[in-house]
Formats: sequence, structure tokens, C-alpha cells
Amino acid sequence: MIGIVNYGAGNIFSLTAALDRIQVEHGMINTQEDFEKYSHIIIPGVGHAGAAMKKLQDTGLVDTILALQKPVLGICVGMQLMTSFSEEGNADMLNIFPVKTLHFDKRIGAKVPHMGWNSVREENNSPLFTDIPDNSYFYFVHSYFIEREESTVAATCSYDLDFAAAFQKNNFYGVQFHPEKSGKFGEQLLLNFSKF
Amino acid sequence: MLAKRIIPCLDVKDGRTVKGVNFVDLRDAGDPVELAWQYSEQGADELVFLDITATHEKRKTTIDLVKAVARQVNIPFTIGGGINEMRDAEILLNSGADKISINSAAVRNPQLIDDLAKAFGTQFVVVAVDTRLVDGKNYVHLRGGRDKTDIETENWIKEAESRGAGEILLTSMDHDGTKNGFDNGLLKKINDTINIPLIASGGAGNQQHFVDTFQQANVDAALAASVFHYGEILIPDLKETLRKNGIVVR
Repeated sequence: MIGIVNYGAGNIFSLTAALDRIQVEHGMINTQEDFEKYSHIIIPGVGHAGAAMKKLQDTGLVDTILALQKPVLGICVGMQLMTSFSEEGNADMLNIFPVKTLHFDKRIGAKVPHMGWNSVREENNSPLFTDIPDNSYFYFVHSYFIEREESTVAATCSYDLDFAAAFQKNNFYGVQFHPEKSGKFGEQLLLNFSKF
Repeated sequence: MLAKRIIPCLDVKDGRTVKGVNFVDLRDAGDPVELAWQYSEQGADELVFLDITATHEKRKTTIDLVKAVARQVNIPFTIGGGINEMRDAEILLNSGADKISINSAAVRNPQLIDDLAKAFGTQFVVVAVDTRLVDGKNYVHLRGGRDKTDIETENWIKEAESRGAGEILLTSMDHDGTKNGFDNGLLKKINDTINIPLIASGGAGNQQHFVDTFQQANVDAALAASVFHYGEILIPDLKETLRKNGIVVR
């Protein structure tokens, strides 16, 4: 059963709807004790990374998250929270992955935000992409990207530059795109995670 | 590479789709949820629902619709019509809408764009603009193109971007309903001046029109209603044509 960390950063209706569609049970995590109830954890997130980090710190759940041994999946800003630092609000993040979250603006010529369906190249045999063809399209909406680091990258996406569309390290995973909005391959990815 | 998007638009009144549809295996052509699901299965990249009831009394129907779509459809969707204040937008967001589209409310009160972008993020705010050529210049029109304003379309779109619009949905009322193609001259001119995604709307009649607008105006997405609803263009065929013309699609 998947527990969704409820820290007030964005609407999670679409995520719970996607889990319902693939018939994966889920519930909300509001307190430290709630983590005990679930085998898998999702950290969602929409909006401003600096503000999201502040909200997560306000819940008092940060130390518990860092100590988790269960599979944890960060989605969009939830993934960015796992990096060391974000230029959005110039804020320190959870530092689970030794990479930074950087602004697209001024680094690329293409439009910002990076919005729409883009293909991703699977890397390091990531189990996130089991039964998903390489170069499949996923739905992205973001203005900040995560640096691609060879040993942790699980999928690379190109938008004038290469960035980490997904990463993994031990029991921690992150995806920059929105699997809950990415058609059947997005649903497959959530299903894969639920079986880790 | 980032794919060009194909967006069917569904007009909804009292919770039912307005225009007739003749997909073979559709049980209820008037059910927006079933239609939406059908489009997503066909390969639509995104959906727009335009609520043409849009009165306060009918709001609950719209909210129920948004929830039903969010439960069943696995691609992003936008809802437009009757969004006049922050509260309207917040309810739709919490019901599962990915984006909202605002039109006249933004013209009447441009500050609404700033407020929405600040509260919910620019990605949530689509500014829809209806334009019509008058004496050689494009002006913003309200009420489905009936009421002319004195605001020049290009200026308004630049202002909307600077206030925090995440995307522009530009409908040429001169082209809308003609099936003679999108207004690629105007779309290119606008696209060259902004750095946010531009959705072309108004005038789609055949597959070549989509090829033209992506090749000539380099828009990010193209929207149409009747050619899809009446089955004149099937999305898988359209995607194949775009692919053959070197346009990146999903």
C-alpha cells in the first residue's frame, strides 16, 4: 500500500485517481506514525521548490524521510526535493542525491517552462521502466531541471540540454515528469514502483 | 524531442457535450467523460473542455465533470468558461483540472492572471484570446468574437505573458468555422514575440492544415473541435501524416 506524503504542496487528486485506475491502494501520511502503515512512499509536489521544502520542513517529517528504508518515489517537485540544492528560491534540499536543481532560463534557447510530451532514454537498467519501451513519451511541466549524474540517472531527457528525467539511488527514486498524466506508460511506471 | 501536441476541444453545456459525434464504438456521444476517454485512447495529447453554461447555478455540474474526467482520463486537461475569480480556479484545481483557461475575465481584470499564476503556478494558467482583423489590425474580441475591444491582440498577449500566463490559446475568429486552415501569418508573428507555448485554434479543416501550422508558425500545439468530433480527422491518421512530414509527435 502506497502512502502519499501530505505536506500541502499541490493538488494530489490526479495522483490518487491514477493509483485508483491501476488498482493500487493508497493513503495519506500526515504524521511520523503514518509511515508505519505503508510499504511504499510517494512524495508529490507542484509549484515552487523552495516553498515546498519549507512546507516539508514544517511538517517535521524530514528526518523520518531521510531514514526510510522503504521504496520512496518523488514526483516533479517531489523529485527536486531529493537533490542537494535548488535555484528556485536558492534553497537547500534533502540532499539524498548529490545533484542540483537548476533553472532552464538563460541556459537554453527553447521556451520555458518545458511543457508537454517528451521522450526519455532509459539508463542504468532502471526497474522504474520495466515493460515500458525505450524512448517513450511522458508529460512534463517544469521550469527547473535536475543535473544528469552518470551513476544515479535512470532516464535522460533532452530539451536543448540533457537533464535527469528520472533518478535512483538505493531505495530512493524520482521522476521529473508526471506519471499520473502520462497515459498508459505513466500508469505502468506507477505500477512498477508499487511492486518494488 | 518535445512533441507537438494535438488537442481536441469539447464544448460542454449542462454537463453534456454540445456537438454531435459519430465514433463507431461510442455508447453515448453526449457524455464528455466517455468522449474524453476515447480521445485519449486515440492518442490525443491533451484535452480542453469549454463550459458554455458557465453560470453560478450550473457550477456544480462542471465540478462533477472535472472530477469524473480526472478519475478516468490519463492525459492532461484544461477547463475554461466562467472562471472569474480565484475561488473558481481553486475549486477546479482541487477537483483535478491540470489547467484553467481564462478569456474575458482576464481582459476585464488583468490582475487575475498575476494572482492565479502566483497562487497556483504559471503552468496552471492558460490565457485564451479571441482575435479578429479590423481595418488591417488584429483586435481582442470578447463573447465569442462578437464584442470588439480596443486592445491590439499582440500587445495583449505580451502583457498576458509578462503577468504570468503559462500558455496562450489563440483563436482567429476570422478563420474559425471556415475549415480553410489556421491563421499562420498571425500565429507566426505572435510566436516570434513570446517565450511561452502557443496553441493554434480556428480554421482546421484537413490534415494538411495541421502540417502547415506546425511548419509555418512553429506553434507548440494545435486545437480543433468539429473535425475531430465528426470523425473527419482521426487522431492516429493525423499523427501519421505529421510524422511523415518530419514533425515530432507522440
